[in-house]
Amino acid sequence: MLAFILRRIGQAILVLLTVALISFSLFRFVGDPTQQMVSQDTTLEERLQIRKNLGLDDPVIVQFGRFVGKAARFDFGLSYQTRQPVATLIGDRFPATMELAFASALFALFAGIPMGVYAGLKPQSLLARLFQTVSLIGISLPTFLIGILLIFVFSVSFGLLPSFGRQGTVNLGFWTTSFLTLEGWRSLILPAVTLGLFQMTLIMRLVRSEMMEVLRTDYIKFAKARGLKPRAVNYGHALKNTLIPVITITGLQLGSIIAFAIITETVFQWPGMGLMFLQAVQTVDIPIMSAYLLLVASLFVLINLIVDLLYVVVDPRIRISGRAA
Amino acid sequence: MSDLATKPPPRTNGPSTTPPRLKLSFAERVALWRDSDLWLSFKSSPVAIVSAAVTLIIVLMALMADVLAPQDAFDPVALNLLDGFAHPMERGAGSNMLFVMGSDEQGRDIFSALFYGTRLSLLVGVASVIFSMVLGIGLGLLAGYLGGKIEMLIMRVADIQLSFPAILIALLIFGVARGLIPPQQYETTAVFVIIIAIGLSNWAQYARTVRASTLVERNKEYVHAARLMGISGFGIMARHVLPNVMGPVLVIATINLALAIIEEATLSFLGVGLPITQPSLGTLIRSGQKFLLSGEWWILFFPAMMLVILALAINLLGDWLRDALNPKLR
Repeated sequence: MLAFILRRIGQAILVLLTVALISFSLFRFVGDPTQQMVSQDTTLEERLQIRKNLGLDDPVIVQFGRFVGKAARFDFGLSYQTRQPVATLIGDRFPATMELAFASALFALFAGIPMGVYAGLKPQSLLARLFQTVSLIGISLPTFLIGILLIFVFSVSFGLLPSFGRQGTVNLGFWTTSFLTLEGWRSLILPAVTLGLFQMTLIMRLVRSEMMEVLRTDYIKFAKARGLKPRAVNYGHALKNTLIPVITITGLQLGSIIAFAIITETVFQWPGMGLMFLQAVQTVDIPIMSAYLLLVASLFVLINLIVDLLYVVVDPRIRISGRAA
Repeated sequence: MSDLATKPPPRTNGPSTTPPRLKLSFAERVALWRDSDLWLSFKSSPVAIVSAAVTLIIVLMALMADVLAPQDAFDPVALNLLDGFAHPMERGAGSNMLFVMGSDEQGRDIFSALFYGTRLSLLVGVASVIFSMVLGIGLGLLAGYLGGKIEMLIMRVADIQLSFPAILIALLIFGVARGLIPPQQYETTAVFVIIIAIGLSNWAQYARTVRASTLVERNKEYVHAARLMGISGFGIMARHVLPNVMGPVLVIATINLALAIIEEATLSFLGVGLPITQPSLGTLIRSGQKFLLSGEWWILFFPAMMLVILALAINLLGDWLRDALNPKLR
């Protein structure tokens, strides 16, 4: 068990170092960082001095070590575009993306699981078939079209919800939240639904097929034979066992929610990290690109690690094979 | 697998180095094909027939855009500004041309733009799928056949890449390309950059599948026999192992084509794909979005519908192919 955890953490660190290497190569090989600091009449000697001061003459491996050391302290230098520290810029945008991702994950879970349970219990019913068809279309519709469609229906046609931006935020000092005001909730609904819709269909399909599979097993038949109420069998016995893969998938999808937030944030002009990353890509703002990459990779690795460890706790079969390996 | 045996792999060398093979005339091949399980499964699946027909029509539309499109939509000379914002099925105020799907602010016929946009979307989709397929098959074969450190390295990279969404990787590659290519060449290189970005973000899945199949095939007798005959490792991989691992690869390629088209549309929509001078469906949707709030819905609606229909048809075709080639479901 301990060996499994240690090996898993070792792998996670290896992945992070690889991503750090990519981030570092971005800095080192795409564009010249001194270009941003010199003017037309900087002499060659001065340029060389700047290079020396920045440590660009050191061996690459030393530079990489320095890069990792700085990254661990969230020091990514200044943005090429705004001349502000990258850490501050990301810090400002981080809460917006996190709240959006959190809200859409909750939406996906609380809409997807009941729909999946219903479709799994009554696969032949009209409503269940409707869910299936809608989910097939949902998978074929790109995220940005869903966003545009929702804006068209709820903002343009009915005028119910704001079509862009993050309003009604409350500043808590280290974190700005839109959870505390009605205005904030109203501006959050459309982006969160857009971002969560794909995950919702995924969870719905997963719960449905797992439910149908579990309901066929012997212990369910036995529970029914013992005369247990359908409610107890369906929710106490069947649903509980379908939730293990759901936890895993949801955890892993959390990472892709953060990545797909780039698209949703663009459609709704939501001031999060994804929108900032996209602007950085368009203007080749390398410090922001590499910082975002490292941050997102760390989140991914952390989530994967937690899910893996949770899985060991939840499912005893893995504990045994983990010991054997 | 038996269906694939009906199509012999293309031969590159002369007949002297290869054992004699059955030579089939075109008519015989058609007869064999009509006799295959795949054709039978295709004939009995209405979904497959309809989606194949829709895909075929769209592909033909794209191929013959120059002939079929009523207007040369991306030649500024052909546009008449007075035709701007014509409603669908309305005649333009300037040229008195009928705009079946309306026109945009420059008097560009949306119906014609759709032909050219679909062509670019399909081109980028197909090219990037071929790119990632060749890369993934090559690396997967190498990893599976050689094993050892090379396998470790290739599969680790694939693992890491698979844990990140493709769109993020494509964005990153695009950003790097932006940094390396001088700004005045952005437009001429855009198509290649986006093909490489999407292709590089999708190779890992092929590599994994091909490696797994290669590991199985490597220990079969025909490979041992080929090795005894003194055929080089490269020859065995290309001529003997490869044809036998192509089944699952084709299924992935079909489904990935739909994904690649959507990925390209997404990138172009985000403004990091194809420029407005060479618009794909995604670029058309991006330019239509700003008119949605003012009521000119058709500029966005028709390209969006086209994208959805195209992706759905290819997806359904891929689903059918996966089931038809899956021996467990037979």
